Amino acid sequence: MVSQNTQTESLFNRYAKTLRKDRWWLEPLLVGVGLFIFVMYSTVSAALLGNYWPYEIGPYVSPFFEPLFYTDILPKWVSPAIFILWAPLSFRMTCYYYRRAYYRSYFLSPPACAVQEPADSYSGESTVPLVVQNIHRFSMYGALIFVPILWNGAIRSFYWDGEIGIGIGSVLLLINAFLLSGYTFGCHSFRHLIGGGLNSFTGSKYQLFRKKIWNIVTVINSHHKYWAWSSLIVVGLSDLYVHMVASEWITDINTWNSFF
Amino acid sequence: MPLVDLKVWRGDDNGEYISYLVEYDEGEVILDVVHRLQSTDAQDLAVRWNCKAGKCGSCSAEVNGKPSLMCMQRMVNFTPGEEIIISPMKTFPLIKDLVTDVSWNYENARKVPAFSPKKVDTDGKHRMQQVDIERGQEFHQCIECYLCQDVCHVIRDHPENKDNFVGPRFFVQIASVNMHPLESASQKPSALYGFGLDYCNITKCCTEVCPAGIKITDNAIIPLKERLVDDKYDPVRWLGRIISKGKSGK
Repeated sequence: MVSQNTQTESLFNRYAKTLRKDRWWLEPLLVGVGLFIFVMYSTVSAALLGNYWPYEIGPYVSPFFEPLFYTDILPKWVSPAIFILWAPLSFRMTCYYYRRAYYRSYFLSPPACAVQEPADSYSGESTVPLVVQNIHRFSMYGALIFVPILWNGAIRSFYWDGEIGIGIGSVLLLINAFLLSGYTFGCHSFRHLIGGGLNSFTGSKYQLFRKKIWNIVTVINSHHKYWAWSSLIVVGLSDLYVHMVASEWITDINTWNSFF
Repeated sequence: MPLVDLKVWRGDDNGEYISYLVEYDEGEVILDVVHRLQSTDAQDLAVRWNCKAGKCGSCSAEVNGKPSLMCMQRMVNFTPGEEIIISPMKTFPLIKDLVTDVSWNYENARKVPAFSPKKVDTDGKHRMQQVDIERGQEFHQCIECYLCQDVCHVIRDHPENKDNFVGPRFFVQIASVNMHPLESASQKPSALYGFGLDYCNITKCCTEVCPAGIKITDNAIIPLKERLVDDKYDPVRWLGRIISKGKSGK
Protein backbone atom coordinates (compact mmCIF):
# COMPACT_ATOMS: atom_id res chain seq x y z
CA MET A 1 0.00 0.00 0.00
CA VAL A 2 2.77 2.44 0.83
CA SER A 3 5.97 2.93 -1.06
CA GLN A 4 8.91 4.83 0.34
CA ASN A 5 10.97 7.32 -1.55
CA THR A 6 14.42 7.26 -0.06
CA GLN A 7 15.19 10.78 -1.22
CA THR A 8 16.47 12.76 1.73
CA GLU A 9 17.31 16.37 2.07
CA SER A 10 19.61 18.45 4.16
CA LEU A 11 19.13 20.03 7.54
CA PHE A 12 18.93 23.36 5.73
CA ASN A 13 15.29 22.76 4.89
CA ARG A 14 14.20 22.82 8.50
CA TYR A 15 15.76 26.22 8.99
CA ALA A 16 15.08 27.64 5.55
CA LYS A 17 13.54 31.07 5.45
CA THR A 18 10.17 29.48 4.89
CA LEU A 19 8.61 26.27 3.73
CA ARG A 20 5.46 28.04 2.65
CA LYS A 21 4.47 27.30 -0.93
CA ASP A 22 1.71 29.88 -1.34
CA ARG A 23 2.25 33.40 -2.65
CA TRP A 24 2.92 34.82 0.81
CA TRP A 25 4.97 37.65 -0.70
CA LEU A 26 2.06 39.09 -2.69
CA GLU A 27 0.28 40.91 0.17
CA PRO A 28 3.35 42.68 1.61
CA LEU A 29 4.41 43.59 -1.91
CA LEU A 30 1.07 45.14 -2.87
CA VAL A 31 0.75 46.89 0.49
CA GLY A 32 4.30 48.23 0.24
CA VAL A 33 3.75 49.56 -3.28
CA GLY A 34 0.36 51.07 -2.34
CA LEU A 35 1.72 52.88 0.70
CA PHE A 36 4.75 54.09 -1.26
CA ILE A 37 2.55 55.57 -4.00
CA PHE A 38 0.36 57.37 -1.45
CA VAL A 39 3.29 58.74 0.56
CA MET A 40 5.03 59.99 -2.60
CA TYR A 41 1.87 61.56 -4.01
CA SER A 42 0.83 63.27 -0.76
CA THR A 43 4.36 64.58 -0.17
CA VAL A 44 4.48 66.13 -3.63
CA SER A 45 0.90 67.41 -3.59
CA ALA A 46 0.61 68.72 -0.05
CA ALA A 47 4.14 69.55 1.02
CA LEU A 48 6.27 70.32 -2.03
CA LEU A 49 3.75 71.87 -4.43
CA GLY A 50 1.62 73.41 -1.64
CA ASN A 51 1.04 76.97 -2.76
CA TYR A 52 2.18 76.31 -6.33
CA TRP A 53 -0.69 73.97 -7.31
CA PRO A 54 -4.21 75.37 -6.73
CA TYR A 55 -6.08 73.37 -4.10
CA GLU A 56 -9.45 75.14 -3.97
CA ILE A 57 -12.03 75.92 -6.60
CA GLY A 58 -15.62 77.02 -6.15
CA PRO A 59 -17.04 75.25 -3.12
CA TYR A 60 -14.33 72.56 -3.19
CA VAL A 61 -11.27 72.51 -0.96
CA SER A 62 -8.80 69.63 -1.10
CA PRO A 63 -9.04 67.57 2.13
CA PHE A 64 -5.26 67.97 2.53
CA PHE A 65 -5.86 71.73 2.99
CA GLU A 66 -9.14 71.69 4.94
CA PRO A 67 -9.63 73.99 6.88
CA LEU A 68 -8.05 76.75 4.83
CA PHE A 69 -5.23 78.70 6.42
CA TYR A 70 -4.48 82.03 4.81
CA THR A 71 -1.36 83.67 6.11
CA ASP A 72 1.08 86.14 4.67
CA ILE A 73 3.56 85.62 7.46
CA LEU A 74 5.03 82.42 6.07
CA PRO A 75 7.01 82.29 2.81
CA LYS A 76 5.23 80.89 -0.24
CA TRP A 77 7.21 77.67 -0.23
CA VAL A 78 5.73 76.71 3.14
CA SER A 79 2.61 74.71 2.39
CA PRO A 80 -0.50 75.45 4.50
CA ALA A 81 -1.08 71.69 4.56
CA ILE A 82 1.55 71.38 7.28
CA PHE A 83 -0.97 72.87 9.73
CA ILE A 84 -3.34 70.03 8.96
CA LEU A 85 -1.42 66.93 7.94
CA TRP A 86 0.35 66.43 11.28
CA ALA A 87 -2.87 64.94 12.67
CA PRO A 88 -3.83 62.38 9.98
CA LEU A 89 -0.19 61.57 9.32
CA SER A 90 0.69 60.70 12.91
CA PHE A 91 -2.69 58.96 13.32
CA ARG A 92 -2.07 56.70 10.34
CA MET A 93 1.62 56.16 11.08
CA THR A 94 0.84 54.83 14.56
CA CYS A 95 -2.43 53.06 13.65
CA TYR A 96 -2.44 49.40 14.66
CA TYR A 97 -3.40 48.33 11.13
CA TYR A 98 -0.74 50.39 9.37
CA ARG A 99 1.86 49.23 11.87
CA ARG A 100 1.11 45.65 10.83
CA ALA A 101 1.24 46.70 7.18
CA TYR A 102 4.56 48.52 7.15
CA TYR A 103 6.27 46.24 9.65
CA ARG A 104 5.60 43.45 7.19
CA SER A 105 6.27 45.32 3.95
CA TYR A 106 9.21 47.56 4.85
CA PHE A 107 10.76 46.22 8.06
CA LEU A 108 10.19 42.57 7.01
CA SER A 109 9.43 41.96 10.66
CA PRO A 110 8.25 39.43 9.62
CA PRO A 111 7.46 39.67 5.89
CA ALA A 112 4.65 37.14 6.40
CA CYS A 113 3.58 34.59 8.99
CA ALA A 114 6.11 31.78 9.46
CA VAL A 115 8.57 33.46 7.12
CA GLN A 116 11.86 34.17 8.84
CA GLU A 117 12.71 37.81 9.34
CA PRO A 118 16.21 38.87 8.36
CA ALA A 119 17.07 40.94 11.48
CA ASP A 120 19.48 39.39 13.98
CA SER A 121 17.80 40.88 17.03
CA TYR A 122 14.38 42.20 17.92
CA SER A 123 12.96 44.26 20.75
CA GLY A 124 9.71 45.37 19.12
CA GLU A 125 8.08 48.46 20.53
CA SER A 126 9.79 48.11 23.90
CA THR A 127 12.70 50.43 23.08
CA VAL A 128 13.50 53.64 21.19
CA PRO A 129 12.57 54.38 18.43
CA LEU A 130 9.46 52.19 18.16
CA VAL A 131 8.28 52.97 21.69
CA VAL A 132 7.09 56.20 20.03
CA GLN A 133 4.17 54.20 18.60
CA ASN A 134 2.50 54.84 21.95
CA ILE A 135 1.66 58.37 20.82
CA HIS A 136 -1.28 56.82 18.99
CA ARG A 137 -3.62 58.01 21.74
CA PHE A 138 -2.37 61.58 21.28
CA SER A 139 -2.80 61.43 17.53
CA MET A 140 -6.26 59.91 17.84
CA TYR A 141 -7.41 62.94 19.81
CA GLY A 142 -5.91 65.09 17.03
CA ALA A 143 -7.66 63.08 14.30
CA LEU A 144 -11.01 63.40 16.11
CA ILE A 145 -10.76 67.19 15.76
CA PHE A 146 -10.51 66.88 11.99
CA VAL A 147 -13.59 64.69 11.51
CA PRO A 148 -16.13 67.55 11.96
CA ILE A 149 -13.84 69.85 9.96
CA LEU A 150 -13.93 67.46 7.00
CA TRP A 151 -17.70 67.06 7.30
CA ASN A 152 -18.00 70.83 7.29
CA GLY A 153 -15.95 70.98 4.08
CA ALA A 154 -18.03 68.20 2.52
CA ILE A 155 -21.38 69.85 3.36
CA ARG A 156 -20.09 73.25 2.23
CA SER A 157 -19.20 71.75 -1.13
CA PHE A 158 -22.93 71.46 -1.90
CA TYR A 159 -23.39 75.22 -1.69
CA TRP A 160 -21.93 77.70 -4.18
CA ASP A 161 -22.77 81.19 -5.34
CA GLY A 162 -25.95 81.34 -3.25
CA GLU A 163 -27.29 78.06 -4.64
CA ILE A 164 -27.50 74.53 -3.28
CA GLY A 165 -26.22 72.11 -5.90
CA ILE A 166 -24.18 69.01 -6.46
CA GLY A 167 -21.08 68.13 -8.41
CA ILE A 168 -18.70 65.20 -8.72
CA GLY A 169 -16.39 67.06 -6.34
CA SER A 170 -19.07 67.38 -3.66
CA VAL A 171 -19.87 63.68 -3.90
CA LEU A 172 -16.18 62.80 -3.61
CA LEU A 173 -15.70 65.05 -0.58
CA LEU A 174 -18.81 63.57 1.06
CA ILE A 175 -17.56 60.00 0.52
CA ASN A 176 -14.17 61.10 1.83
CA ALA A 177 -15.69 62.49 5.05
CA PHE A 178 -17.73 59.30 5.51
CA LEU A 179 -14.75 56.97 5.02
CA LEU A 180 -12.46 59.01 7.26
CA SER A 181 -15.15 58.96 9.95
CA GLY A 182 -15.41 55.17 9.66
CA TYR A 183 -11.64 54.86 9.86
CA THR A 184 -11.34 57.21 12.85
CA PHE A 185 -14.30 55.91 14.85
CA GLY A 186 -13.35 52.31 14.12
CA CYS A 187 -9.85 52.85 15.52
CA HIS A 188 -8.70 50.41 18.22
CA SER A 189 -7.81 53.28 20.51
CA PHE A 190 -11.27 54.84 20.16
CA ARG A 191 -12.82 51.41 20.74
CA HIS A 192 -10.90 51.17 23.99
CA LEU A 193 -11.88 54.66 25.14
CA ILE A 194 -15.55 54.27 24.34
CA GLY A 195 -15.99 51.08 26.35
CA GLY A 196 -13.16 48.59 25.96
CA GLY A 197 -11.45 49.88 29.08
CA LEU A 198 -14.43 48.93 31.24
CA ASN A 199 -14.71 45.55 32.91
CA SER A 200 -18.36 45.94 33.78
CA PHE A 201 -21.02 47.46 31.57
CA THR A 202 -23.86 47.04 34.02
CA GLY A 203 -22.94 49.35 36.89
CA SER A 204 -24.98 52.28 35.57
CA LYS A 205 -27.08 53.43 32.61
CA TYR A 206 -24.08 55.38 31.38
CA GLN A 207 -21.97 52.21 31.29
CA LEU A 208 -24.75 50.35 29.48
CA PHE A 209 -24.89 53.17 26.95
CA ARG A 210 -21.13 52.89 26.45
CA LYS A 211 -21.53 49.15 25.90
CA LYS A 212 -24.03 49.82 23.09
CA ILE A 213 -21.66 52.27 21.42
CA TRP A 214 -18.77 49.84 21.98
CA ASN A 215 -20.75 47.13 20.15
CA ILE A 216 -21.16 49.41 17.13
CA VAL A 217 -17.51 50.49 17.20
CA THR A 218 -16.48 46.83 17.45
CA VAL A 219 -18.34 46.05 14.20
CA ILE A 220 -16.69 49.00 12.46
CA ASN A 221 -13.32 48.04 13.95
CA SER A 222 -13.55 44.48 12.63
CA HIS A 223 -13.17 45.96 9.11
CA HIS A 224 -10.48 48.47 10.10
CA LYS A 225 -8.18 47.37 7.29
CA TYR A 226 -10.81 48.15 4.66
CA TRP A 227 -11.65 51.52 6.23
CA ALA A 228 -7.93 52.31 6.31
CA TRP A 229 -7.40 51.56 2.62
CA SER A 230 -10.63 52.98 1.25
CA SER A 231 -10.22 56.24 3.17
CA LEU A 232 -6.56 56.49 2.10
CA ILE A 233 -7.39 55.99 -1.58
CA VAL A 234 -10.39 58.34 -1.57
CA VAL A 235 -8.59 61.14 0.29
CA GLY A 236 -5.81 60.97 -2.31
CA LEU A 237 -8.29 60.90 -5.21
CA SER A 238 -10.30 63.81 -3.73
CA ASP A 239 -7.14 65.89 -3.46
CA LEU A 240 -6.11 65.03 -7.03
CA TYR A 241 -9.60 65.78 -8.35
CA VAL A 242 -9.78 69.24 -6.73
CA HIS A 243 -6.27 70.07 -8.02
CA MET A 244 -7.21 68.98 -11.55
CA VAL A 245 -10.45 70.97 -11.59
CA ALA A 246 -8.76 74.02 -10.06
CA SER A 247 -5.96 73.81 -12.64
CA GLU A 248 -8.60 73.57 -15.42
CA TRP A 249 -7.19 70.23 -16.55
CA ILE A 250 -10.68 68.74 -16.30
CA THR A 251 -14.17 70.16 -15.96
CA ASP A 252 -16.28 69.28 -12.95
CA ILE A 253 -19.76 68.07 -13.85
CA ASN A 254 -22.12 69.96 -11.55
CA THR A 255 -25.39 71.86 -11.30
CA TRP A 256 -23.71 75.27 -11.08
CA ASN A 257 -22.39 75.25 -14.67
CA SER A 258 -19.06 76.93 -13.95
CA PHE A 259 -16.82 78.08 -11.12
CA PHE A 260 -14.92 80.57 -13.25
CA MET B 1 -6.43 5.24 -3.89
CA PRO B 2 -4.38 8.26 -4.99
CA LEU B 3 -0.89 8.79 -3.62
CA VAL B 4 0.53 11.78 -1.86
CA ASP B 5 4.22 12.65 -1.57
CA LEU B 6 4.58 13.18 2.15
CA LYS B 7 7.87 14.76 3.18
CA VAL B 8 8.25 14.37 6.93
CA TRP B 9 10.94 15.58 9.30
CA ARG B 10 12.59 12.53 10.92
CA GLY B 11 14.90 12.50 13.90
CA ASP B 12 16.08 15.24 16.22
CA ASP B 13 17.85 18.51 15.40
CA ASN B 14 20.34 16.53 13.34
CA GLY B 15 17.59 14.74 11.45
CA GLU B 16 16.35 15.24 7.92
CA TYR B 17 13.27 15.27 5.74
CA ILE B 18 12.33 11.90 4.30
CA SER B 19 9.82 11.55 1.49
CA TYR B 20 7.18 8.83 1.51
CA LEU B 21 4.53 8.02 -1.05
CA VAL B 22 1.38 7.35 0.93
CA GLU B 23 -2.13 6.45 -0.17
CA TYR B 24 -4.96 8.70 0.89
CA ASP B 25 -8.65 9.19 0.52
CA GLU B 26 -10.27 12.49 -0.37
CA GLY B 27 -12.28 12.63 2.84
CA GLU B 28 -9.22 12.26 5.04
CA VAL B 29 -7.13 14.82 6.87
CA ILE B 30 -3.34 15.06 7.05
CA LEU B 31 -3.32 13.30 10.41
CA ASP B 32 -5.07 10.26 8.86
CA VAL B 33 -2.33 10.02 6.26
CA VAL B 34 0.36 10.41 8.92
CA HIS B 35 -1.29 7.56 10.84
CA ARG B 36 -1.29 5.41 7.69
CA LEU B 37 2.41 6.14 7.28
CA GLN B 38 2.98 5.31 10.95
CA SER B 39 1.19 1.98 10.61
CA THR B 40 3.22 0.95 7.56
CA ASP B 41 6.56 2.35 6.46
CA ALA B 42 7.49 4.52 9.43
CA GLN B 43 6.35 2.62 12.47
CA ASP B 44 8.73 4.52 14.72
CA LEU B 45 7.39 7.92 13.63
CA ALA B 46 6.73 10.07 16.69
CA VAL B 47 3.58 12.18 16.45
CA ARG B 48 1.46 13.65 19.22
CA TRP B 49 -2.31 13.49 18.77
CA ASN B 50 -5.47 12.87 20.72
CA CYS B 51 -8.99 13.96 19.70
CA LYS B 52 -8.70 14.28 15.90
CA ALA B 53 -11.44 16.89 16.06
CA GLY B 54 -9.60 20.18 16.45
CA LYS B 55 -10.41 20.40 20.14
CA CYS B 56 -7.43 19.01 22.06
CA GLY B 57 -4.62 20.98 20.43
CA SER B 58 -2.22 18.01 20.42
CA CYS B 59 -1.39 17.53 16.73
CA SER B 60 0.13 20.96 16.15
CA ALA B 61 2.75 20.96 13.40
CA GLU B 62 3.67 22.90 10.29
CA VAL B 63 2.09 21.81 7.03
CA ASN B 64 3.82 23.30 3.98
CA GLY B 65 5.39 25.82 6.32
CA LYS B 66 2.13 26.98 7.92
CA PRO B 67 1.52 26.26 11.59
CA SER B 68 -1.68 24.25 11.79
CA LEU B 69 -3.44 21.31 13.40
CA MET B 70 -2.86 18.21 11.28
CA CYS B 71 -6.37 17.00 12.08
CA MET B 72 -7.89 20.15 10.53
CA GLN B 73 -6.05 20.02 7.21
CA ARG B 74 -8.27 18.27 4.67
CA MET B 75 -6.63 16.28 1.91
CA VAL B 76 -9.22 17.55 -0.57
CA ASN B 77 -7.50 20.91 -0.37
CA PHE B 78 -4.30 19.48 -1.87
CA THR B 79 -3.86 18.46 -5.48
CA PRO B 80 -3.20 14.74 -6.17
CA GLY B 81 0.52 14.03 -6.34
CA GLU B 82 1.37 17.28 -4.58
CA GLU B 83 4.33 17.20 -2.22
CA ILE B 84 3.24 18.02 1.34
CA ILE B 85 5.97 19.00 3.79
CA ILE B 86 5.25 18.24 7.43
CA SER B 87 7.56 19.76 10.02
CA PRO B 88 7.54 19.97 13.80
CA MET B 89 6.80 23.37 15.39
CA LYS B 90 9.91 25.44 14.89
CA THR B 91 9.69 27.59 18.02
CA PHE B 92 10.05 24.77 20.54
CA PRO B 93 12.92 22.34 21.17
CA LEU B 94 12.56 19.24 19.05
CA ILE B 95 12.30 15.89 20.84
CA LYS B 96 11.83 13.58 17.87
CA ASP B 97 10.15 13.68 14.45
CA LEU B 98 7.01 15.77 14.88
CA VAL B 99 7.06 15.98 18.66
CA THR B 100 8.39 19.10 20.38
CA ASP B 101 8.96 20.06 24.00
CA VAL B 102 6.34 22.71 24.81
CA SER B 103 7.14 22.96 28.52
CA TRP B 104 8.23 26.61 28.12
CA ASN B 105 4.51 27.36 27.86
CA TYR B 106 3.81 25.66 31.17
CA GLU B 107 6.45 27.84 32.82
CA ASN B 108 4.73 30.92 31.41
CA ALA B 109 1.37 29.68 32.64
CA ARG B 110 2.79 29.88 36.16
CA LYS B 111 4.01 33.45 35.60
CA VAL B 112 0.74 35.08 34.57
CA PRO B 113 -1.57 36.38 37.32
CA ALA B 114 -4.27 34.07 38.59
CA PHE B 115 -7.89 35.16 39.04
CA SER B 116 -8.28 37.13 42.24
CA PRO B 117 -11.97 37.90 42.79
CA LYS B 118 -13.42 40.89 44.60
CA LYS B 119 -15.08 40.47 47.98
CA VAL B 120 -18.42 38.68 47.96
CA ASP B 121 -21.70 40.59 48.30
CA THR B 122 -23.32 40.87 51.75
CA ASP B 123 -25.28 37.66 51.14
CA GLY B 124 -22.03 35.81 50.53
CA LYS B 125 -22.43 35.54 46.76
CA HIS B 126 -20.62 36.85 43.72
CA ARG B 127 -22.81 38.39 41.03
CA MET B 128 -22.02 39.20 37.42
CA GLN B 129 -24.06 39.74 34.29
CA GLN B 130 -23.77 37.79 31.05
CA VAL B 131 -23.09 41.03 29.17
CA ASP B 132 -19.98 41.53 31.32
CA ILE B 133 -18.41 38.12 30.78
CA GLU B 134 -18.99 37.76 27.04
CA ARG B 135 -15.54 39.03 26.20
CA GLY B 136 -13.87 36.49 28.47
CA GLN B 137 -15.86 33.64 26.97
CA GLU B 138 -14.13 34.14 23.64
CA PHE B 139 -10.77 33.66 25.38
CA HIS B 140 -11.97 30.47 27.04
CA GLN B 141 -12.20 28.84 23.60
CA CYS B 142 -8.40 28.44 23.64
CA ILE B 143 -7.38 24.79 23.20
CA GLU B 144 -3.71 25.41 24.05
CA CYS B 145 -2.38 24.08 20.77
CA TYR B 146 0.39 26.72 21.02
CA LEU B 147 0.26 27.43 17.29
CA CYS B 148 0.07 31.14 18.15
CA GLN B 149 3.25 30.77 20.17
CA ASP B 150 4.87 28.83 17.34
CA VAL B 151 4.10 31.43 14.66
CA CYS B 152 4.96 34.48 16.77
CA HIS B 153 8.14 35.89 15.22
CA VAL B 154 9.17 37.50 18.54
CA ILE B 155 10.26 34.08 19.78
CA ARG B 156 10.21 32.03 16.57
CA ASP B 157 12.99 34.08 14.98
CA HIS B 158 14.50 35.42 18.23
CA PRO B 159 14.54 32.69 20.89
CA GLU B 160 16.56 35.01 23.15
CA ASN B 161 13.28 36.86 23.83
CA LYS B 162 11.76 33.85 25.57
CA ASP B 163 12.79 35.19 28.97
CA ASN B 164 10.98 38.51 28.48
CA PHE B 165 7.93 37.55 26.46
CA VAL B 166 5.15 35.17 27.44
CA GLY B 167 3.57 35.02 23.98
CA PRO B 168 0.08 35.45 22.53
CA ARG B 169 -1.46 32.45 24.28
CA PHE B 170 -0.69 34.01 27.64
CA PHE B 171 -1.76 37.48 26.59
CA VAL B 172 -5.13 35.82 26.01
CA GLN B 173 -4.92 34.36 29.52
CA ILE B 174 -3.96 37.72 31.03
CA ALA B 175 -6.80 39.45 29.14
CA SER B 176 -9.25 36.85 30.34
CA VAL B 177 -8.35 37.63 33.96
CA ASN B 178 -7.76 41.36 33.56
CA MET B 179 -11.12 42.00 31.87
CA HIS B 180 -13.12 39.83 34.24
CA PRO B 181 -15.90 41.83 35.94
CA LEU B 182 -15.08 40.33 39.35
CA GLU B 183 -11.31 40.65 39.10
CA SER B 184 -9.70 42.84 41.74
CA ALA B 185 -5.91 42.53 41.91
CA SER B 186 -5.06 42.82 38.24
CA GLN B 187 -7.08 46.02 37.85
CA LYS B 188 -3.89 47.82 38.80
CA PRO B 189 -1.84 48.74 35.71
CA SER B 190 1.24 47.21 37.35
CA ALA B 191 -0.39 43.81 36.77
CA LEU B 192 0.22 44.20 33.03
CA TYR B 193 3.93 44.97 33.13
CA GLY B 194 6.66 42.39 32.81
CA PHE B 195 5.08 40.06 30.26
CA GLY B 196 6.52 41.61 27.10
CA LEU B 197 3.38 43.19 25.67
CA ASP B 198 5.51 45.88 24.06
CA TYR B 199 7.47 43.27 22.09
CA CYS B 200 4.35 42.51 20.05
CA ASN B 201 4.28 44.53 16.82
CA ILE B 202 0.71 43.62 15.86
CA THR B 203 1.50 41.50 12.81
CA LYS B 204 -1.52 39.37 13.64
CA CYS B 205 0.00 35.99 12.77
CA CYS B 206 -1.33 34.57 16.04
CA THR B 207 -4.86 35.46 14.98
CA GLU B 208 -4.32 34.01 11.50
CA VAL B 209 -3.32 30.56 12.79
CA CYS B 210 -5.70 30.24 15.76
CA PRO B 211 -7.85 27.13 15.10
CA ALA B 212 -10.36 28.30 17.73
CA GLY B 213 -10.94 31.54 15.82
CA ILE B 214 -10.00 33.78 18.75
CA LYS B 215 -9.25 37.31 17.61
CA ILE B 216 -6.11 37.34 19.71
CA THR B 217 -4.68 40.62 18.45
CA ASP B 218 -7.86 42.71 18.24
CA ASN B 219 -9.57 41.45 21.38
CA ALA B 220 -6.72 40.56 23.74
CA ILE B 221 -3.35 42.08 22.83
CA ILE B 222 -4.40 45.53 21.58
CA PRO B 223 -6.89 46.09 24.43
CA LEU B 224 -4.14 45.18 26.92
CA LYS B 225 -1.72 47.55 25.17
CA GLU B 226 -4.40 50.25 25.37
CA ARG B 227 -4.75 49.66 29.12
CA LEU B 228 -1.02 50.29 29.44
CA VAL B 229 -1.39 53.43 27.31
CA ASP B 230 -4.08 54.61 29.78
CA ASP B 231 -1.47 54.34 32.49
CA LYS B 232 1.45 56.03 30.74
CA TYR B 233 0.68 57.79 27.48
CA ASP B 234 -2.82 59.31 27.51
CA PRO B 235 -2.57 63.15 27.62
CA VAL B 236 -6.13 63.57 28.91
CA ARG B 237 -5.45 61.23 31.82
CA TRP B 238 -2.19 63.04 32.54
CA LEU B 239 -4.16 66.25 32.81
CA GLY B 240 -6.78 64.56 34.99
CA ARG B 241 -4.11 63.28 37.35
CA ILE B 242 -2.45 66.71 37.59
CA ILE B 243 -5.80 68.37 38.36
CA SER B 244 -6.76 65.77 40.95
CA LYS B 245 -3.33 66.12 42.60
CA GLY B 246 -3.77 69.89 42.64
CA LYS B 247 -7.17 69.60 44.28
CA SER B 248 -5.94 67.21 46.93
CA GLY B 249 -2.98 69.54 47.56
CA LYS B 250 -0.37 66.78 47.23
